[in-house]
Amino acid sequence: MRFSFLSLLRNAFSAHRDWPEQWRSPEPKPAYDVVIVGGGGHGLAAAYFLAAEFGIRNVAVVERGWIGGGNSGRNTTIVRSNYLLEDSEALYDHSLKIWENLSQTLNYNVMFSPRGILMLAHGHHDVQSFTRHLHANRLAGIDSEWLSPEEARAFCPGLNISKDIRYPIGGATLQRRGGVARHDAVVWGFARAASALGVDILQNCEVTGIRRGPDGAVTGLDTTRGAIATRKIGVSAAGHTSVVLEMAGLGRLPLESTPLQALVSEPLKPLISCVVMSNTIHAYISQSDKGDLVIGAGTDQYVSYSQTGGLQITAHTLDAICELFPHLRRVRMMRNWGGIVDNTVDRSPILGPTPVPGLFVNCGWGTGGFKATPGAGHLLAATIARGEAHPIAAPFGLDRFARGRLIDEAAAAAVAH
Amino acid sequence: MILISCPWCGDRDQTEFAYGGDATVQRPAPDDADPTRWFDYVHTRDNPRGSHRELWFHAFGCRQWVEVTRDTATHAVAGAVLAGLRVGEGETP
Repeated sequence: MRFSFLSLLRNAFSAHRDWPEQWRSPEPKPAYDVVIVGGGGHGLAAAYFLAAEFGIRNVAVVERGWIGGGNSGRNTTIVRSNYLLEDSEALYDHSLKIWENLSQTLNYNVMFSPRGILMLAHGHHDVQSFTRHLHANRLAGIDSEWLSPEEARAFCPGLNISKDIRYPIGGATLQRRGGVARHDAVVWGFARAASALGVDILQNCEVTGIRRGPDGAVTGLDTTRGAIATRKIGVSAAGHTSVVLEMAGLGRLPLESTPLQALVSEPLKPLISCVVMSNTIHAYISQSDKGDLVIGAGTDQYVSYSQTGGLQITAHTLDAICELFPHLRRVRMMRNWGGIVDNTVDRSPILGPTPVPGLFVNCGWGTGGFKATPGAGHLLAATIARGEAHPIAAPFGLDRFARGRLIDEAAAAAVAH
Repeated sequence: MILISCPWCGDRDQTEFAYGGDATVQRPAPDDADPTRWFDYVHTRDNPRGSHRELWFHAFGCRQWVEVTRDTATHAVAGAVLAGLRVGEGETP
């Protein structure tokens, strides 16, 4: 069923009670050509592209809880591609280009809103490194422009550009193509489109083991809903990647899982029209269509799978927000939460084959995975379909750490990204 | 937030400490030329869901490194000893 103006109108007359299920909830089949582990945006996107672009439709997505209940539903929905290094620029811009037409492609409104990403530079050294960043983006064909403090405030009214604050704003870069999208809609849109092409979405289906044959290649997996035979597995399990890959005998990986927190305020009238990020004092903020301010905090340092982080982390972020936007000081926060993110040492993802034949991985997105949802899904699908890394994904292989070929966005992006 | 029982100072708030990473990582000998062992030391971690031995530096306390055993799923701290001693074994260095 396609959404159209007519279908919306027809259902409006029945108070929207008669919409059918948007994706099927089938029983697991005994075997699939490909199984994707992890029913977040990344995993569902991979399944969708396998079916839509690579003609592999006998695909299952297995999800321990409900789809989109992990980091897909816990992030701050920022989409941008203004990374420093060439490999990253290609990767994130590949994703951004898919975002731009995603609602039309999926026939589902993912509410992608390219409202502009304003990245604040504080002080002389920030201005220098941001200028370098900006020119790197320009050479890669990624839009990025420099705004003076006054121009930044004109673009984002209310921004405190006073010289008297602890870290005065020295300017900002602006990526106009960047913005936000509706996180749930992205998950549901991919699920609906994938399901329509024949992908089985298996919720409440936790992977308990990965089976390997005598030659080492994967032969299937054990789940809480029974055994499933398959020759190709794509793992897209974010913070739990280490746990899943250990089942295949890949115990030690260059990954550490930490909590990443975010919070939302009470709904306010339209106040912040773009996304504002500051790496230096660590804050990022945007306003949702509902009106609540969506604020991203940092990661705790320690390994955790608990989806809760320390209060001092969110307090630190709110200090920064209150300095940048003093008029928000009396706004009440409604909810905060944590997600478990898997960090690599260079803060770039791992995407590609693993030493286990038939096992592919998409992980290590750390604190910045949402923006990559369609791109990472597409590249994982391409990699699974071809059996080798897609050219854009090739630099992001699991072997880059041993080879010393890091893609060091950690230094480039500081923490927020 | 986590309450860490420092062997010297008693129960202290996590914010007094700086996290120092996985305590089970062994640095290869300086003349070890095997790149695999150095790769393991620098990059790979168990990253377990469950019990984890880790280092914390009591920066705003006794300024000692302590080895804490903590459950990464619940944040429950099972114990802490002076770094270099295995938790629970109680040997002196």
